[in-house]
Amino acid sequence: MNAWRTPGIWVALLVILAIGLMPIVLKSDATREVVFTVLLSVALASSLNIILGYTGYVSFGHIVFFGLGGYVGLYALNVVGLPLWMAISAGGLAAGLLAFLLGKAILRLRGAYFALATIGINEAMRAFVINFPAFGGAIGISLNFRIYREYGGATSALWLTYYLMVAFTLLAVALSYAIKTSKFGLGLIAIRENEDAAEVMGVVTPNAKTWAYVLSAIIPGMVGVLFYFKNGNIEPGDAFRLHFSIELLVMVMLGGFGTVVGPILGAAGYQRLRGILLTTPVLKDIQLVVAGVLLLLIILFIPSGAVGWLRHRFPKLRQVLP
Amino acid sequence: MNRNIILMVTLLFVLSISLTSCAPQTVETQAPQPQATQPVITEAPATTEETVMGEEKTAIIGFTASQTGKLNVESIRQINGLNLWMKQVNDSGGIKLADGSIVKFEAKYYDDESNKDRVQELYTRLATEDKADFMISPYSSGLADAAAVIAEQYEKIMITTGAASDSTYMKGYTLVYQAYTPASKYLTGALDLLMSTDPNAKKIAIVHENDKFSTDVSTALDEYAKSKGYEVVLFEGYDSGATDFAPFINKIQDAAPDAIMGGGHFQDGSTFAKQLFEKKTPVKFVALLVAPPEPSFAELGDAAIGIIGPSQWEPQAKFTAEAAQAAGLEWYGPTGEEFISAYMNAFNEEPSYHAAGGYIAGLLLQKAIEKAGALDTQSVAAALDSLDLLTFFGHLKFDTTPEAHGLQIGHSMIYIQWVSKDGNLVKEVVWPTEGATMPVIYPLR
Amino acid sequence: MENLSFLIDGLLLGFVYGVAAMGLTLIWGVMNVINLAHGPIIALGSFGVYLLFSRLGMNPYLALIFTGAAGLLLGIVIYWIAINRVIEAPHLSSLLATFSVNMVIIGLGTAAFSTTPRNIDYSLGSLTFNTITIPISRIIAAVASIIFTAVLYLFLYRTTLGKYVRAVANNRAAAELMGIPSRRILALSFGLGSTLAALAGGLIATIFPFTILSGGVYELKSFVIGVLGGLGNPLGALIGGLALGLLEGIIPAFLPVTWVPVLEFALFVLILLFRPTGLFGVKK
Repeated sequence: MNAWRTPGIWVALLVILAIGLMPIVLKSDATREVVFTVLLSVALASSLNIILGYTGYVSFGHIVFFGLGGYVGLYALNVVGLPLWMAISAGGLAAGLLAFLLGKAILRLRGAYFALATIGINEAMRAFVINFPAFGGAIGISLNFRIYREYGGATSALWLTYYLMVAFTLLAVALSYAIKTSKFGLGLIAIRENEDAAEVMGVVTPNAKTWAYVLSAIIPGMVGVLFYFKNGNIEPGDAFRLHFSIELLVMVMLGGFGTVVGPILGAAGYQRLRGILLTTPVLKDIQLVVAGVLLLLIILFIPSGAVGWLRHRFPKLRQVLP
Repeated sequence: MNRNIILMVTLLFVLSISLTSCAPQTVETQAPQPQATQPVITEAPATTEETVMGEEKTAIIGFTASQTGKLNVESIRQINGLNLWMKQVNDSGGIKLADGSIVKFEAKYYDDESNKDRVQELYTRLATEDKADFMISPYSSGLADAAAVIAEQYEKIMITTGAASDSTYMKGYTLVYQAYTPASKYLTGALDLLMSTDPNAKKIAIVHENDKFSTDVSTALDEYAKSKGYEVVLFEGYDSGATDFAPFINKIQDAAPDAIMGGGHFQDGSTFAKQLFEKKTPVKFVALLVAPPEPSFAELGDAAIGIIGPSQWEPQAKFTAEAAQAAGLEWYGPTGEEFISAYMNAFNEEPSYHAAGGYIAGLLLQKAIEKAGALDTQSVAAALDSLDLLTFFGHLKFDTTPEAHGLQIGHSMIYIQWVSKDGNLVKEVVWPTEGATMPVIYPLR
Repeated sequence: MENLSFLIDGLLLGFVYGVAAMGLTLIWGVMNVINLAHGPIIALGSFGVYLLFSRLGMNPYLALIFTGAAGLLLGIVIYWIAINRVIEAPHLSSLLATFSVNMVIIGLGTAAFSTTPRNIDYSLGSLTFNTITIPISRIIAAVASIIFTAVLYLFLYRTTLGKYVRAVANNRAAAELMGIPSRRILALSFGLGSTLAALAGGLIATIFPFTILSGGVYELKSFVIGVLGGLGNPLGALIGGLALGLLEGIIPAFLPVTWVPVLEFALFVLILLFRPTGLFGVKK
């Protein structure tokens, strides 16, 4: 594919890889934890961007796929006793399946109605899991520390989840780029610009939307398993936290809606900012206020996000910044 | 076009599966690296141990506190207690080690916002960048559970306080030590109290918050009650953050139990008590978790009267050096009065059990370090394993079996009841009888 | 008889939910903005009544009036700062703009009030009929809700300003052509929505304990109610509130209480799918 000759995507992937290698080179566990959080957000935001940025559907409850994946994965690991790679696949599969079924139903809603429906689904799922004994109900699922022994003890298990996280982040970004530059992606963007016109132009919109939704759900499902495997336990309140969903939207917005690099920048920027705010004594008490004001300023004055702004300001960058 | 998408999905799976399945091999080659970093970290105290006699060193205690979010009330009290201990031990000249050096303590902490997202990141940061020598758990079982993994991984001792769930200690950990009575024993004493007060009361309703801790408590209570021949007429959970208990109260009235037990944390517990009062629910005995022992429970006014609650510790609790001698236990630390007056001087309020729990977490470390005469993890862990103390907080001893290592087995709950005295609401200890300051008021209504 | 008790409790609470949802749906109806700062404004309303009651010793129901007025001002300020610039932008922008307001309010509120639960210690006792006991505070809250709704309707249908609001809601461009200062009307509408939120928050404070975070629950309920009654339809919101209150009262009689949100949100999604104009099919 010609699209892969653009230097921009390779730069993006190399940068992620370089960041991903940093803790390994530095042999620093603290850096690893920070980078893990950042990469997790990059992977999630890039996935969300497929339905949000390309297709123009505001999925407000996207975290439902992350949470469901985590639950299915931990269930597979702890109760069924499957190995990690199968648990991860199961998580991805479950999230994809849910997105497929949901997509058939709620993707015909437009605008704010779709956004509201995704909130409803996230909340319904959370409330359901609380009542679902197989997933531990309100208590959730806790992994036994023993499980890490199969992966060489807790230390190497945490490193393993980290390597996988790097891999999944690269995968998420590559997938996002592959979609954007494909004919399928073009169809999605046509839907975003004008859904009725896209239909007229021959885009089978219900199918295209559903598949976009599925593709945006699989990676969150898989990294959900990773995250909760590392965490050691999962509870309904944490797994389906609407707030995290909204934070993902913020990340995509900050970086630049509908671009490949945007969610990467947005996620990394947002997480670093939050990390700094949380650990800086002066700002600790009012970190939420500072973050809120910054977000508002960006939305009001740079609504197309960092990448959008750059592309607008320096049109030449459009060639290299996907 | 559809074919392309299906291709992409399958590609995605194949890629990811191949990635994940080949990953363990890469780990085997990489694993020595991170492990190699560990001696470097644990060496830090070791090198300082070679210092000259009498030299002062600083031990860093790392933890996160819920300065914001739903847990901040309890968490901040806990941290106040811990800080009070730290100030006292530092002001009194620190701890002298076997090699003659003096240890003083310094706290390193971050805000965990009452949610688990960042707990692991922050604890890893504490273990590595901040070089914490010891750790204290965050408040609440959920957060402590997430933090414990990190403590184990970096071989740091963690004293958990404000974290009662039993399950954390059933996961094969070796360095996590619990200061609180575990959840499974929170309300069983209340049932004993009911049994001794009114043998004819046989129907109880259990209504609890749907979280790890309260469910652990209630499940254990349910089993215990059934084993004692009680009929559990209602056993139901409510969502964390619930404010409307009318549906439960209506159900309770239908089921007509003698006693209501359960609850969860402060907010829901006090709301539940208030609404039980407003709806004039005909019940003889109400025992709720966490909320009643808090001093601010008194703000409920008349609705607080008669409510019973389990407490890890109460200001009236009389654990003394004499009692220790009588029980053949070692006595350690300040007396209850000393702790209370120091705490009131520092923070202008009466300490709740969360505050005492924070203090006791520090005190446990202090005792273990004194006993070990060193700061390294292995010696201090061995000292903690062998502790069997009476303190103002009560009896403290840890389970040392591999199945439940670190579980608190010495400490037990006491039960308080709110009563009106000269127009003021006060807490009185009603159970166990040895510590009681007043016989229980029964029936409630 | 027993079921009657479930029913009455739910119904009375439903009125208060209705007022909160009315604020949300009014803003949606006039300017197509989903206000994610709705929850924190509800919580601020609770704090308004609480502070007037505990600091100045004001009667909580009198304090409601001042709190409502403060809500109006706050809403207008929020509109000019955060919403005005993004009113024409895609949905996502206004969603995130209101979300950032949400973060700021919660951040400031946590710093100022901590998240210690507050209680208004003002008890009016309860009324008892046979086996049914109803706290008087709930009855007053329901009555107050009805009054607020009536006042809103008088305003919308009996005053010129109200006519302007309806005109802007109907067709902003046309209203502008008729010489209606549409931006100012939008600001006023956002203020009215915030007033309703603050009033609902104030009423909630007389019944339940609250923190700066507790608005979130009522915000979610407001979404459900708004959809139930038809988004953009204030009277529908009151009816939707009653419906939700009834559901919350009735379901626990047959199922564990924790199933209530499952059914609520499932219903919410189903209505969005099959009756997006609301259960009662009122056309805007």
